[in-house]
Amino acid sequence: MKKFKNKGNAATLKKVLHEIGRYRFLLFISTILAALTVFLQLYIPFLFGDAIDALIGKSRVDFGLVAEYSKYITILIVLNSVLTWVMNTMNNRLTYSVVRNIRAKAIRRIQKLPLSYLDSHSTGDVVGRVIADCDQFSDGLLMGLTQLFTGVVTIVVTLVFMIRKSWQITLIVVVLTPVTFLVARFIARRSYSMFRKQAEARGDETGLINEMVGNQRVVQAFGYGKTASERFEKINTELQEYSQKAIFYSSLTNPCTRAVNSVIYAFVALVGAQMILIGRLTVGGLSVLLTYANQYMKPFNDISSVVTELQNALACADRIFELIEEPAEVEEKPEELGSIKGKIKIKDLAFSYDKDKELIKDFNLDVTPGMRVAIVGPTGCGKTTLINLLMRFYETDAGSIQVDDRKITDVTRHSLRRNYGMVLQETWLRNGTVRENIAFGRPEATDEEIIAAAKEAHSWEFIRRMPQKLDTVITDSDMSQGEKQLLCITRVMLCHPQMLILDEATSSIDTRTELKIQSAFDKLMNGHTSFIVAHRLSTIRTADVILVMKDGKIIEQGNHDSLLKEDGFYSKLYHSQFEGVEA
Amino acid sequence: MKKLFPFLRPYRKESILAPLFKLLEALMDLIVPLVIADIIDRGIANGDKVYILERFIFLLLLAAVGLAFSITAQWFAAKASVGFATDLRQKLFDHIQSLSYSRVDTLGTDTLITRMTSDMNTLQNGVNMVLRLLLRSPFIVLGAMVCSFFIDVKSALVFVVAIPILSLVIYGLMALSIPLYRKVQAKLDRVLGLTSENLTGVRVIRAFCREEDEVASFDFANEELTHLNLLVGRISALMNPVTYVLINVATVVLIQVGAIRVNAGVLETGAVVAMYNYMAQMIVELIKLANLIVTINRALACGDRVAQVLDINPGMEFPEELISHATERDGAEDNQAASAADAVHFSHVSFCYEGGGDEALTDIEFTARRGETIGIIGGTGSGKSTLVNLIPRFYDVTEGAVEVDGINVKDYPKNGLTDRIAMVPQKAVLFEGSIRDNLTMGLTGVSDEDLWKALETAQAKEVVEGKDGKLDAGVEQNGRNFSGGQKQRLTIARALARKPEILVLDDSSSALDFATDAALRKAINNLEGDLTVFIVSQRTSSIRNADQILVLDDGKLVGKGSHDELLKTCEVYQEIHASQFPGEEVQA
Repeated sequence: MKKFKNKGNAATLKKVLHEIGRYRFLLFISTILAALTVFLQLYIPFLFGDAIDALIGKSRVDFGLVAEYSKYITILIVLNSVLTWVMNTMNNRLTYSVVRNIRAKAIRRIQKLPLSYLDSHSTGDVVGRVIADCDQFSDGLLMGLTQLFTGVVTIVVTLVFMIRKSWQITLIVVVLTPVTFLVARFIARRSYSMFRKQAEARGDETGLINEMVGNQRVVQAFGYGKTASERFEKINTELQEYSQKAIFYSSLTNPCTRAVNSVIYAFVALVGAQMILIGRLTVGGLSVLLTYANQYMKPFNDISSVVTELQNALACADRIFELIEEPAEVEEKPEELGSIKGKIKIKDLAFSYDKDKELIKDFNLDVTPGMRVAIVGPTGCGKTTLINLLMRFYETDAGSIQVDDRKITDVTRHSLRRNYGMVLQETWLRNGTVRENIAFGRPEATDEEIIAAAKEAHSWEFIRRMPQKLDTVITDSDMSQGEKQLLCITRVMLCHPQMLILDEATSSIDTRTELKIQSAFDKLMNGHTSFIVAHRLSTIRTADVILVMKDGKIIEQGNHDSLLKEDGFYSKLYHSQFEGVEA
Repeated sequence: MKKLFPFLRPYRKESILAPLFKLLEALMDLIVPLVIADIIDRGIANGDKVYILERFIFLLLLAAVGLAFSITAQWFAAKASVGFATDLRQKLFDHIQSLSYSRVDTLGTDTLITRMTSDMNTLQNGVNMVLRLLLRSPFIVLGAMVCSFFIDVKSALVFVVAIPILSLVIYGLMALSIPLYRKVQAKLDRVLGLTSENLTGVRVIRAFCREEDEVASFDFANEELTHLNLLVGRISALMNPVTYVLINVATVVLIQVGAIRVNAGVLETGAVVAMYNYMAQMIVELIKLANLIVTINRALACGDRVAQVLDINPGMEFPEELISHATERDGAEDNQAASAADAVHFSHVSFCYEGGGDEALTDIEFTARRGETIGIIGGTGSGKSTLVNLIPRFYDVTEGAVEVDGINVKDYPKNGLTDRIAMVPQKAVLFEGSIRDNLTMGLTGVSDEDLWKALETAQAKEVVEGKDGKLDAGVEQNGRNFSGGQKQRLTIARALARKPEILVLDDSSSALDFATDAALRKAINNLEGDLTVFIVSQRTSSIRNADQILVLDDGKLVGKGSHDELLKTCEVYQEIHASQFPGEEVQA
């Protein structure tokens, strides 16, 4: 199990190195600089020690030596600072460039991923990969790598310098240091279980907050506030207990390791003093050793935290690569569909989302140019499935869809989709100006064209009243559902495509506006092939073909009169509309 | 921010003791270099091994005492900060629950959730850090300086010069980079926004063939973010090298001054080593302090946001008890009869949303008699939902008055109205828990029989019967294990289980198919008792059998009467009906 994981890590690491590839030179220089700065950083206290040794006592100070060391030290300090800055800047460039490139790859992949992938992964999950995981990756992995390297260099160099001053004291430090880890490990284990409990309690509390605050209206409407408050109090008190312990235990690490360090420090002072007495060490040497003893712990702490961070970062990298490497949509043929008349032929079509569950099978339909096809059925009956197939958002399992006698799989997706105008049930508007949103399909459209389309779709009535008209920046929440839908309709109105797909386009617009839209659509649909998905049976009475769907399957097919005569599901649906509350 | 201090009051003892013990621990740290100086200047100089051993034991003692102080401090800090956050969270939760609809409208629930969760966590962390470290670092910095004065005044002047310069540089760099970090966050939000737009709008983007343009605009934002990150990186990368140069140059100066003093016989070598150690301690603490200030800043911002929520007054006041004075509406003798028969009365009601500009409802006047079914129809934004939201006083009217059972809604105590009126909102909301919890919603003493009856009326019986555990079957967060239609039916059952006097269905059967919708209406109509029902709908078929239909258009009541009457007299109603039943001729 563990081996497998390591293998996975190795593979991910290889991919990461591949991403760094272009910046290999930066990484190389940065590594050399890291080694150099660490060496200088440790060498300077060594020199300070020598300088202190020049202060022997009253009237015995060697000023020449002090001045020389001072000059030497100052030069090295400045040099070291410059090198450190250069190294940091290079690391930044490396990190941010790699992250930028990975994000750029991700967004390109998102445009090419099959909708089946995107429909089955939540937006939050994918956004998390592109944003949070990428950040975590850059912080953890790239910084981690350099820290790991400098940590190792620091330990080695410190040891060398310490041995040069006194091997006995070095031995004390090396032997005693592991005690710190034992202490830290002991505390970490204790606090870990508390942290886990804290995380669980916090998760519960956040869930409750989301529900109760998010639906505050319902809570109030049913006078549930008091019970909610009691429930919250219970979880909150539980969280308090765990949090307090988790914070306390984890905050012990620092004082405890510091205490162990102080003990080591004391030992170094004791042994050092004895050695000075027997002439094996100088005062300056002792001061150097004390400084090193203080610093010796730090790289170990860094390395152990870096290792967890690295693992974390690799896990994040894994999730990003998973997204980037997800197979793209089926390759398309390069031919263009060109302009069309709008003839559609569906032949022996079979499709299902879950290959174990049969959905659509042996479906045949002939649509002549200008025909109106209505799709009806109860909610969740899979009406959108047909749209997915017509627009080639999903690939068929068997059979074919032909537009003007050409299989849609024989032409580019773009050339197919340009011939469709689509208004979906879930209105989607971008966070931008009204103009950007309306001209989404034709960014080059003039203001006159946009306003004309808006007037035709009756959206101009409210756009006109907006503070900056077409330049008003809209967000999803400032508009009513009806207004949003009208904008989506305007968007299609501007493109005048040959075929239309209207997915419950009018369901949340009030019936009076709907009437006006209907007339505008009638104009638009005139001579154009259209598919309409709707709840309201009256709006589809005029359809040439009605497809009745239930549980994802097409169960009836015909026009209004023939379906009523059939006395099947359609006629039941139709009649229920008129069934009032006859008392 | 001041508003939050009272929440620390129950932990006053802890909030004083935590920093106090931290200072005591810092004191131990400050003594160490002096002990080392003693070892060098007295122990070594005199070759006094016993003295050295004594000092060594003293060092061990300092470590032990320091550890004890530190642990005590951490304990008090954890207790105070977590206690503070817990109390505050509870208060915040209760306060949010008391806010009126219009307050929540203006704030938005998302912000409220963020303030209760991530803002509170940051705040708790900030309080903990402040208690532990805010005093410690300045204490060590100043303490190092004071101690060096004790050792040698002239050499200590190096500290007097170095400390302000170092502080200035550190805080200057921070002042420069903190606003930039905020800008980086804004740019990152932009990249995040674009990513999520690309996902939610994937069908539209592909339908309009805009994939390449989307990539281009993402690249632009991505590039901007990278540039800014590099800029901030260059500035913050200065921090370490600059402080490093300063502190080491100060040390070089210290040694040179020390050399003169040692040569003059004023100072001994060990004393110089001690001051050298103080320099090293100081820089560590200054950097810690800088990081702490970032944390505090963040915590302060979060604290402000939390305090803002507490500052919002609930926006509505309720009398303690029902005020049932006689209304002046009719003659005194009619009063009793009128109040007994009228379930809801709107007299000249106008309403506009806070900050919403135009009136959402204008001069609405109608009476719903007990036991009647009232249909409300009209276009999107015509004010249907607004109207029914005024009945349980979710909002206060701007003008006019709403009466329930002949009493002004403002005269009811809190929960006085919600006990009588059950509202089924447009959006069906279920909570995590069991089906039973969701139906009773805190109501006690409801028998299973009553629940099943409510479920049957709401056409939800088969939904519950289809689940393992029936009434005890689990409901996941936001009811995601139920379909839209199932959720709607369950929320209707929830309303019915309260046996209300007034039931309001705010377009709450939109996800039901026609047959179920009709059966539901029939079942509600057949309920025993004098239930007054309001049905908001966009479909004339849903309300055509109502006793009274209110037709709204742009916030005005443009028609009132039965289906047949309205078909004859109300133009708007005719239009709506004709749009849904184009085949039926309006019989004039």
